[in-house]
Amino acid sequence: MYTFSSKLKTFSFVLMAVGLLGIGYGFLTAPKDIQDVEKILAADAHGSHHEASGESEGAHAVSAEAKVKAEAEHAEHLTHVLHQLENKPWSALYVACIFFMLLSLGTLVFYGIQQVAQAGWSPVLFRVMQGITAYLPVGSVIFFIFLILCGLHFNHLFIWLDPEVVAHDKIIANKSGYLNFPFWIVRAAVFLAGWNAYRYFSRKNCLAQDESDDNSFYKKNFNISAMFLVFFIVSESIMSWDWIMSLDPHWSSTLFGWYVFASFFVSGITMIAMVTIYLKSRGYLENVNTSHIHDLAKFMFGISVFWTYLWFSQFMLIWYANIPEEITYFVMRIQVYNLPFFGAVVMNFLFPVLILINTDFKRITWILVMAGIVILLGHYIDFFNMIMPGTVGGSWFIGVSEIASVLFFLGLFIFVVFSALTKAPLLPKRNPYIEESKHFHY
Amino acid sequence: MSNKVIYAIYNDDDILMDAVKKTRAAHHHIEEVFTPFPVHGLDKAMGLAPTRLAICAFIYGLCGLSFGTWMMNYIMIQDWPQDIGGKPSFSYIDNMPAFVPIMFEETVFFAAHLMVITFYMRSRLWPFKEAENPDVRTTDDHFLMEVAVNNNEEELVSFFEGTGAVEVKVIEKH
Repeated sequence: MYTFSSKLKTFSFVLMAVGLLGIGYGFLTAPKDIQDVEKILAADAHGSHHEASGESEGAHAVSAEAKVKAEAEHAEHLTHVLHQLENKPWSALYVACIFFMLLSLGTLVFYGIQQVAQAGWSPVLFRVMQGITAYLPVGSVIFFIFLILCGLHFNHLFIWLDPEVVAHDKIIANKSGYLNFPFWIVRAAVFLAGWNAYRYFSRKNCLAQDESDDNSFYKKNFNISAMFLVFFIVSESIMSWDWIMSLDPHWSSTLFGWYVFASFFVSGITMIAMVTIYLKSRGYLENVNTSHIHDLAKFMFGISVFWTYLWFSQFMLIWYANIPEEITYFVMRIQVYNLPFFGAVVMNFLFPVLILINTDFKRITWILVMAGIVILLGHYIDFFNMIMPGTVGGSWFIGVSEIASVLFFLGLFIFVVFSALTKAPLLPKRNPYIEESKHFHY
Repeated sequence: MSNKVIYAIYNDDDILMDAVKKTRAAHHHIEEVFTPFPVHGLDKAMGLAPTRLAICAFIYGLCGLSFGTWMMNYIMIQDWPQDIGGKPSFSYIDNMPAFVPIMFEETVFFAAHLMVITFYMRSRLWPFKEAENPDVRTTDDHFLMEVAVNNNEEELVSFFEGTGAVEVKVIEKH
């Protein structure tokens, strides 16, 4: 049995506390009205736009009419920036919240695939995977509350939730049969409930199998895993439109579901590898050998390439077709989010491919940990790129809100996952493939 | 010095693996093992040096990537620039996304084909080459281990009969 070390527990509490403080600070310091925004912009402009403002002062030929118009535009711009900055702490929270929730969902899917494939190598890792998916119920509840708060207009992340916007926007109005609050929240409830139900029963059966005399619980798990995977792939696609793509309600991409899936799937697998390596370094999981770690590393490598394939496919089709309503999505990301947009490709593709292509490196702990941290950060940034441009637009920066949100959810994640790991033995001893898994050798 | 070798024939890959480990432990020299399909872990059990084919594959891939880059630059930018979809081919970097699939395919093409050729050369295989197979059953369902004999024929025969071999033959090799 695993015992949650007090050091790690304290660490998780510190992360949560620091995160909460930072999140609170982010909300308190968000600008309240146009005057605040003006001050922020003035402070920003002081350094960088000095020359430009000097130039416009020099131009005396500005007519009174143009001046009035410019002032109106200025006020409009200020309101726009105000809305973006008001959204910013909410968006930061949303990115971290959905990232950790989906990461544990990705682990659940990986686990489900192992069950359906009747994989012989992985049963020694089942309890680690179940530990990570223990975060799913917690993450789902927080996420669902967040969605309800969006529906109650605490923020304006989803502009189609605002009837004022829909009234003046034909494209969104045409989609309102699908994009409306009641239908949207019911879908979210059904999906979250479905995933959590699978996680609950699968865990229950896995524990019952330990004490069983036959393989009936194992077979039950096989059946519900197969059903879950079918439910998952449909719900996952719809979920990606609902929770991420609808942040840019004018834009659509047909492979978006796959793209989001690849991102959180590789994050989930990487997290399995990280937790496994941690537990092993503490002397647990004596049956996990370098071949198991090697296989996880292969999945990290392979799904990273898969993510890149989808990233590029989505980009290239839209880039080549160059249709205005589609290309704006990438114009925004390349011009305004240049560093995180291409940085994500470096972190999620170039780095893992170059470092994990070597067979021997896939078994070296410190290289794997380094690659894993880069992959996880890279996919956080990937979610950042998917969400932020639609909610805060040009007013993005990685500040207190963003870092604090990640710290809070990381702390919560560590606390929930490692608490769950203490609840059951780390070896599913009565799994029919457990002997094969123990002796797995490549 | 005699050219005698022992052919120990097995009908199961697990028994073969155990036999290989025992033979190595008893310090008999395994010349070669013939199997109808790849047996996982056999190379390690035999003590063969790790393969360097993967390094070749990586280098071939890089060659393919470079070739693809050069080829698209020559075709689309230098030799015959065209304006496709409002994207005039004046600069390689601006049109690069369109060339990525070709660069990728060239990488795969070079790695795959050159690897096959490398593998044939390394295995000393070429068209119309006569098979070096000592026993046709190793192409069906039997496994054969070839072990050198150094004036210890009797000892080896009884040793291999003890490892679960279905047949042990002593052959004078030419």
